[in-house]
Amino acid sequence: MSKHLYNYILGIADNNLILGQRLGELCGHGATLETDIAITNISLDLLGQVRSFYQYAAQIADDGRSEDDIAMLRPEREYLNVLLVEQPNTDFGYVLARQFLFDAYHYLFLRELQSSKDETLVAIAKKSIKEVSYHLRFSSDWIKRLGDGTEESHERIQNAIDDLWTFTDELFHQTKADKAMIEEGIGVNNLKLKEIYYSNVSEVLKEATLVVPESKYFQKGGKEGIHTEHMGYILAELQYMQRTYPNMTW
Amino acid sequence: MTEGVKMNEVIQYAEIDSELIPILDEVADPEIPVLTILDMGVVRYAKLIDDNKVYIKITPTYSGCPAMDVIEEDINKAFKKAGFEVQVDLVLTPAWTTDWISEEGREALEKYGIAPPLDAHADKEALLGNKRIVKCTLCGSQNTKLVSQFGSTACKALFKCEDCQEPFDYFKCLK
Repeated sequence: MSKHLYNYILGIADNNLILGQRLGELCGHGATLETDIAITNISLDLLGQVRSFYQYAAQIADDGRSEDDIAMLRPEREYLNVLLVEQPNTDFGYVLARQFLFDAYHYLFLRELQSSKDETLVAIAKKSIKEVSYHLRFSSDWIKRLGDGTEESHERIQNAIDDLWTFTDELFHQTKADKAMIEEGIGVNNLKLKEIYYSNVSEVLKEATLVVPESKYFQKGGKEGIHTEHMGYILAELQYMQRTYPNMTW
Repeated sequence: MTEGVKMNEVIQYAEIDSELIPILDEVADPEIPVLTILDMGVVRYAKLIDDNKVYIKITPTYSGCPAMDVIEEDINKAFKKAGFEVQVDLVLTPAWTTDWISEEGREALEKYGIAPPLDAHADKEALLGNKRIVKCTLCGSQNTKLVSQFGSTACKALFKCEDCQEPFDYFKCLK
């Protein structure tokens, strides 16, 4: 098995899983009926995509673990998602800011992944990008509505963007697996996406009458398995059933 | 879940043995029961590989579509009833597009109360609210507005008619 490829796939998949789980928490608790449905739909898309990634990871690992085992039964340090996606649903502004900052990256990433040398990753990317372009359209739209909305909505979305900004640089961090996969023509050179990412994001923020944060203090760690304090709580809920009743099936 | 997932296999056009069509035609989409899975274009391959053995490949409309497992079960049931053994695999490439919904399927959608997908460009104009082109499925008015880009299932957006005031679903264009 290729350890690098396996970890590379997990890096992509865990972003989807953890963000999907975060969005799932809002099921039935959305700000309005329409946004509730939208957010759970986005969660469903992300979790649907993640199955393809974990199935592929299970094939590569070839150690008898299923897609579910890989998704559900790893300890915290083995989850390789970026810190951004594990941040809590503080309020509707944070939910949308987190979504927008991730979607803007996710879209660019999948666009590049379509020219990977790995056919399975290409297939999953081609399927996923169609869904993710809807996510990006939705979150960009809401950034503009909130930013250019009332005084209250403007202030809250600005706060959320300012707070979460510190996690954006990690999207372009390269792990050992990233570097190895880029070398083999399988992985996306995410560093090359950085400039266009910040330019796309800034454009939407400006249109939303928001200030683009200037902070250069960034946090990273998730891609190496070192998470924020929120991660344990997410996993506690995510893994509860399998930890409490091992091997339980649906 | 399907037994063999062949995610990197490329099937450009649907290859379906004509003698299998009547059986496949009995399998309805579990979320939109007026459409058969052939109308939806999710069956990409169906061949008789032995006297009584059939091999079928299906593709999901959306990655997280919960209907896929049900569709697979229903295919199994329909072929067993007809006396066949069947294997169903899931393929991802080429990714499903709304272009694969048949003409009959589009008509059935509209009658059922779901506005059929426009082409990609028109879809964007409609969803961004630039143009009013999605027709109300109840009164036919074009004076409609988007309520939410995400509707009751992954494949639909929610619209409202400004004339008859009724809400209705629009099947999003996926290219």
